[in-house]
Amino acid sequence: MNTVFYISAAVAVVSTLMAVTRMNVVHALLYLIVSFLSVAIVFFVLGAPFIAAVEIIIYAGAIMVLFVFVVMMFNLGPQTAMQEKRWHDPKTWVGPAVLSGILLAEMVYVLAWTGGRLAGTAEVSPKMVGIELFGPYIVGVELASMLLLAGLVGAYHLGRRVKRVGSKWEEE
Amino acid sequence: MASVPVEHGLLLAGILFSIGLMGLLVRRNILMMLLCVEIMLNAAGLAFVTAGAALRKPDGQIMMIFILTMAAAEVAVGLALVIQFFHSFKTLDVDAADKMRG
Amino acid sequence: MYDLLWLIPALPFAGFVLLATIGSRFPRSLTAAVGVGSVGAAAILAVLTAGRFVVSPPPDDFFRQTLWTWISLNGFTPEIALYLDPISLVMVLNVSIVGFLIHLYSAEFMADDESYCRFFAYMNLFLGSMLTLVLADNLLLLYLGWEGVGLCSYLLIGFWYKEPVRAKAAVKAFLVTRVGDAAMAFGLFLILANLGTLQIQELTERAVLLWPVGSKLAVAAAGLLLIGALGKSAQIPLHTWLPDAMAGPTPVSALIHAATMVTAGVYLIARMHVLFTLAPMVQYAVAVIGCATLLVAGFSALAQSDIKRVLAYSTISQIGYMFLALGVGAWSAALFHMVTHACFKALLFLACGVIILGLHHEQNMFKMGGLRRQIPFTFYTFLIGAASLAALPLVTAGFYSKDEILWASWSSTLGGPWLWLGGLIGALLTSLYTFRMVFLTFYGKAKSRIDRFPGTAMMIPLAVLALLSLGIGLIQTPGVLGNVAFFSGFLSASLPAMTEGNVSARFENILLVISGVVSVSGIYLAYLFFLKKPGLAQALTNNPLGAVLHRCSFAACGFDRAYHWLFVKSFVRIATWNRHDFTDLVYRGVAGFAQVCSIILGASQTGRVRHYAVGIVIGAVVTIAIMVLS
Repeated sequence: MNTVFYISAAVAVVSTLMAVTRMNVVHALLYLIVSFLSVAIVFFVLGAPFIAAVEIIIYAGAIMVLFVFVVMMFNLGPQTAMQEKRWHDPKTWVGPAVLSGILLAEMVYVLAWTGGRLAGTAEVSPKMVGIELFGPYIVGVELASMLLLAGLVGAYHLGRRVKRVGSKWEEE
Repeated sequence: MASVPVEHGLLLAGILFSIGLMGLLVRRNILMMLLCVEIMLNAAGLAFVTAGAALRKPDGQIMMIFILTMAAAEVAVGLALVIQFFHSFKTLDVDAADKMRG
Repeated sequence: MYDLLWLIPALPFAGFVLLATIGSRFPRSLTAAVGVGSVGAAAILAVLTAGRFVVSPPPDDFFRQTLWTWISLNGFTPEIALYLDPISLVMVLNVSIVGFLIHLYSAEFMADDESYCRFFAYMNLFLGSMLTLVLADNLLLLYLGWEGVGLCSYLLIGFWYKEPVRAKAAVKAFLVTRVGDAAMAFGLFLILANLGTLQIQELTERAVLLWPVGSKLAVAAAGLLLIGALGKSAQIPLHTWLPDAMAGPTPVSALIHAATMVTAGVYLIARMHVLFTLAPMVQYAVAVIGCATLLVAGFSALAQSDIKRVLAYSTISQIGYMFLALGVGAWSAALFHMVTHACFKALLFLACGVIILGLHHEQNMFKMGGLRRQIPFTFYTFLIGAASLAALPLVTAGFYSKDEILWASWSSTLGGPWLWLGGLIGALLTSLYTFRMVFLTFYGKAKSRIDRFPGTAMMIPLAVLALLSLGIGLIQTPGVLGNVAFFSGFLSASLPAMTEGNVSARFENILLVISGVVSVSGIYLAYLFFLKKPGLAQALTNNPLGAVLHRCSFAACGFDRAYHWLFVKSFVRIATWNRHDFTDLVYRGVAGFAQVCSIILGASQTGRVRHYAVGIVIGAVVTIAIMVLS
């Protein structure tokens, strides 16, 4: 099982790297979906099947699809890829790479001093998650639902196309 | 079951987070920047789940659920904003929105 | 009677307050009534008090009236207190009577002026301050009066302030006297710090006890007070303001710059004579300065064309005589000359005012001439005043007082033949320039027409002052001419007599004759040069040496120019150099620095989200590094 973890970890890293560096947005999206899928496998290996399923359904399934819709709306095809290439010559990667590298190094340094625990030794079943959700974290669940409502209303309002006709705003 | 040292899982999360951060700082296309934000959120959630698995408690997964919920709402609103951005500036270049300059 | 002493300064002050607050609504006649009446009432009271004082003097020959305590600090409690003794009585009479006559005169002189009320308000304030000065019991109250008269001098010189020249003259007067006032303030501090009191009688007693003759403190205190007196009495080197002060109305010149304010310095030195006797060096300096001033000013008066400037230099010169007398220890002679000078100088100024008003403010003597036929009354009074100034022997008051001083400068143990010779040459110069003035103005061909003739209010003071200029000399005559010693006897209670060297009575008479001859020859020389053979004067000025002397005299020996080069130019240079004001630069520098920082830091606000994201990441990296590594 451990090898599965390491293999899918490698896939996740590589595909995320590809997702970040692709000039064509659709390619990047697809690579990212692969990344999410491999992370879901990692979740499975760690004994969290519920969250693995949720990751695939919501993250890779809903959120990425939203992105795909918007990309299609904007017709981001090969022309934008050319534009992106012009924007991102290799010189621009140096700074951010350095910064992220330092952050990663700090994290490695912190991790080097911890030790001992093993993950994934037992499965945390959906039943346990459910009991916790509707027990101690019930308030969080309600808040999350309110957040979703707010997001819904906000997205609807912000997504309106408004055109000025004379002096009145009109909804399309 | 597997027995992965928890540091490795956290390390994976860290690497994914750094990659996402690097992409956020480099890319000029708004959609790509939002994508990188998603990567970073996902990495954070991975860290939570790893910790929860190490402690054999569902709390990690519950945190991941909340993160996911928040990410979903944020993407919805964010993409709506991107649409408005595109209508205002006629481009997806985030550097076009520099009116708060000076 | 003595209890009403406080009314003497209070009545003019009350007049001032009334005129300053609601006087602008008064009709002209009421303003004049208040202005002249307050001074008149003070004068009447002064005369009554003087009569009482002479007939039955108070015990110990002085009367002190304490009104209230002014300041109360640790052991320093100056009071508002008035001190009446022979010196202050002489001064009070002098100031109030001459002041009253001049106020009466100016009721008509200023009748056409639009700021009639303001004029009388200032004049009343002046008179109140001057009376406070001479009646003050302690030096602090005296300084209050001193500053008050300085203020009124400024206000009245610049009365017609809308003309810039007059306003500048007022500022010049104030600034030059300020130098003296500052020195006097230092003198007061010195006295207070070392003697513990400013009350005049107390401090003189303590000074005699604590300060040996010639000690540094006595010299310093006397020297500083002397500088104050120099400023107020317009002696060298602080005399440059008085000729320019003639920019004020003629009654102002008469009152302030001839009869009263400029004698404040003389009064101060006479009042503090104990201090000056404790510092013989300073007293000798008084005499030398007086002698030098009377010569320089007399010389300067010779070439002036403005009639008021001649009188101004004449005033400086005559006060030089008073200082000379003070310097040789002839205290009462100085005060005697002060009284006679007040009479004839005020007379000369008032008569001059009649001429100026009649010629529509023409003051150039070379444009006048032959006026004696047009204004005969004024001519005769002017002639009497001029004769008194020139010390015409036997008939004029000026002769007796000037001779007293010349005699003192020779015979006093502190004097000497050189001082006497200076005084004698000064007497020659005096009669020369005085009668030059008379001949140029009243004799010769008439070059202008008098339009306006004086009325009663202007003629009465002229008449009274003319009588005084003739008669008042008889209160003090030398031995051979009646030996009247009323004046010095009256003052002997508060002023010691001069210490005489060994001079015989015969020699005294010889000196008397010499001074009479000098005065008459001066008149004859003036007649020669300016009436009989005017070509002689012209020839003299065409001569190269003569031309230099003429220029020197006209420019008053270059003091103004020297001060301009020494002080004014360097001050202006410093002010121009500092025109951006280095202390201001500190404040502006702070603001400028903030602005520069703002611009620099503002460069970081690019408006681009990615740059802000980089900032956040850098911050996170640094913070985590700090947390992790510590």
